[in-house]
Amino acid sequence: MSLDDDDFELFGLPRRMSLQREPIEQRRRELQAAVHPDRFAAQGAVAQRLATQWAMRVNEAYRRLVDPLRRAAALCELAGVAVDEHRNTSMPADFLMRQMQWREALEEATSKAEVQALACEVGQAEAGLQEELVRLLDDRGDAQAAAVAVRAAMFVRRFGQDVEARLDTFKD
Amino acid sequence: MALLQISEPGQAPDPHQRRVAVGIDLGTTHSLVAALRHGQPECLADPQGDVLLPSVVRYLPDGSTQAGEPARQVQSEDPENTIVSVKRLMGRRLADLAGASRLPYRFVDSPGMVSIDTCAGPKSPVEVSAEILARLRQRAEDSFDSELYGAVVTVPAYFDDAQRQATKDAAQLAGLEVLRLISEPTAAAVAYGLDRGVEGLYAVYDLGGGTFDISLLRLQRGVFEVVATGGDAALGGDDIDHALADWVLSALAVQARTPQDKRAALVASRAAKEALSQIDETFWQATLDGKVRALKLRRTDLESLARPLIDRTLALVRRVLRDARLRAQEVAGVVMVGGSTRMPLVRTLVAEVFGREVLTDIDPDQVVALGAAIQANALAGNSRDGELLLLDVTALSLGIETMGGLVERVIERNSPLPAAKAQEFTTYKDGQTAMAIHVVQGERELVSDCRSLARFELRGIPPMVAGAARIRVTFQVDADGLLSVSARETGSGVEASVVVKPSYGLTDEQVTHMLQEGFANADADMQARKLGESRVEAQRMALATRTALEVDGPLLTTVERQALLALVVALEQRAAGPDADAIDAAVDALAKGSEAFAALRMNRSIRDALTGRRVDEL
Repeated sequence: MSLDDDDFELFGLPRRMSLQREPIEQRRRELQAAVHPDRFAAQGAVAQRLATQWAMRVNEAYRRLVDPLRRAAALCELAGVAVDEHRNTSMPADFLMRQMQWREALEEATSKAEVQALACEVGQAEAGLQEELVRLLDDRGDAQAAAVAVRAAMFVRRFGQDVEARLDTFKD
Repeated sequence: MALLQISEPGQAPDPHQRRVAVGIDLGTTHSLVAALRHGQPECLADPQGDVLLPSVVRYLPDGSTQAGEPARQVQSEDPENTIVSVKRLMGRRLADLAGASRLPYRFVDSPGMVSIDTCAGPKSPVEVSAEILARLRQRAEDSFDSELYGAVVTVPAYFDDAQRQATKDAAQLAGLEVLRLISEPTAAAVAYGLDRGVEGLYAVYDLGGGTFDISLLRLQRGVFEVVATGGDAALGGDDIDHALADWVLSALAVQARTPQDKRAALVASRAAKEALSQIDETFWQATLDGKVRALKLRRTDLESLARPLIDRTLALVRRVLRDARLRAQEVAGVVMVGGSTRMPLVRTLVAEVFGREVLTDIDPDQVVALGAAIQANALAGNSRDGELLLLDVTALSLGIETMGGLVERVIERNSPLPAAKAQEFTTYKDGQTAMAIHVVQGERELVSDCRSLARFELRGIPPMVAGAARIRVTFQVDADGLLSVSARETGSGVEASVVVKPSYGLTDEQVTHMLQEGFANADADMQARKLGESRVEAQRMALATRTALEVDGPLLTTVERQALLALVVALEQRAAGPDADAIDAAVDALAKGSEAFAALRMNRSIRDALTGRRVDEL
């Protein structure tokens, strides 16, 4: 075990897109039970610092593993393909078209029901992209195509957050 | 076979000697201290039998102070020098305070944090809080007739970095060794959870005097995991008092102009509010401008005033559920914390949101201190291994300012603690050699809507075309929820780095200075105290290393083991002597000497955890 192990090694999990949530949660609890600084509270500053480093590393890996999109991005990077979602914004034309239609629909929506319907559609789109990522990464091992799908899914997720923010503006 | 170790008579570190560690709830209205006795947490009482210490400090012209009940009783007579609800001022500038004009103090807007000008000079909220904490420390030391090993101090989950740092500084100033800051809802869940052996998803609704927190926790076999948390650091029962006071004064067509009248109106409103939790009608009564004023109040009057404030808490409850992608029906129990949850309307509305009755059987004023005591006991090493583990999250997102006054979030809210994340940024102009880094906290997109935590500059970036430099900014939030930030230019291989502490915290020198000021009249006391503290640290360290060597000695070679043991023996000899500096030097030497050993133990403990898991799976 070392701080430089990749997330999957650290959690003792196979490098796969399709992972259940519960084993990830379970392993995080086990690892934190071993490394959390509270476990070394009576052992001085050095032990605290080392434990804090380890606990940070475990949490960092956990955050990536537990979120399917970040997990997919990590798998792409382990396969040598950078996702680079901040800089690489080139997307297929039909995907961009649908984005624009969604944005318009959100701007024009006036009732809570309309926004909810949109939220539902966006949620389904993200779920669909996640299923595609399982096929691309686990079955075909195509990290290049997966990186494009990850970027698309991150677009969809950001839009989904805007939709939720809009939902907040309606009174219950 | 390894030889058994036998220590010299009278020298044996006694592992059964219990360390006294306390939990402290530093509240807006009251503060409490609790500890374990005979395995059960209990709040410690003062000689009069009271467990609640009113969080009120009065400064007198001779520089002495009153705290607690005696100070509370004179608050209307001497409002300018009697500080109440100081928790709301912790880590705050004057500009941050809504309704400062309603408060009777003479504020001094000092950089970093507001101060209050009293007859004994300007006092920072940190100093005022330290007075309260020092009383609680004294109470605990009297109860156990022993020095304290350390304390767990609770803070609202929604306290930002500046408020946490201020709280830790106050404890340090009161001479307390802070084992950990933990969030109040987590402490409450510990008090309920360990008591009843509950499992599943729990919500903690904590409406105190000045702050509101809502947290969702998953409890499983002694692990308390905060799933999501939210709240408002400036929303609480005090606001209801203010709303009621404003309403009554306008109904009576009078004004409270003097500090005395303002305070009297608030005290009367608070009393009426508390009465209306028990009965349906009461009289609001106060002496204003020399005349007795009274008004009959019904519970429904209070409820219509409180309703908007309670609705704000319910909106935050729904947001936290959504953040965690959970439905209210999945929550197995709702724990109520804080005196304001005694209001029947609060209980009814919260029960409605979750569709179940709320849990109120542990005193809502005591539950946080009791849970903190349980965690303090565990951190002091008094409880069995693996019994309790708290995994907390950040309540607020942290980020830095980018071009155009926008915030780039580096650590998202509800990230598990401790957390570290690095992000790369670049230069905006050709030949740019310095970069201003502005650290902010909050959920909004614009810097101006977030809270500014710190600013620093990274200089010495080699001149390059715009966008070519790679500035790696690293955020680290430790287990107490405290942040440090560093920046490094990596693109060219030239490095520059800087680490900031948020500007709201006091520097170590300031704390030392304040400590010295407090003891200025008793220099000998100061030295004795310093020696005592150095000895406690030396004993802590020596004992920890000896215990570690007993358990994990085989990880080292015989030579390494002997070298380390020699450092322990040297430290123990110094600790018996009168020279505090020599003790500190020996502590440092042991700390350095044991670093590699600590790393080996850490790696081994992780391997064990993983191996244990693999055995389970077979």
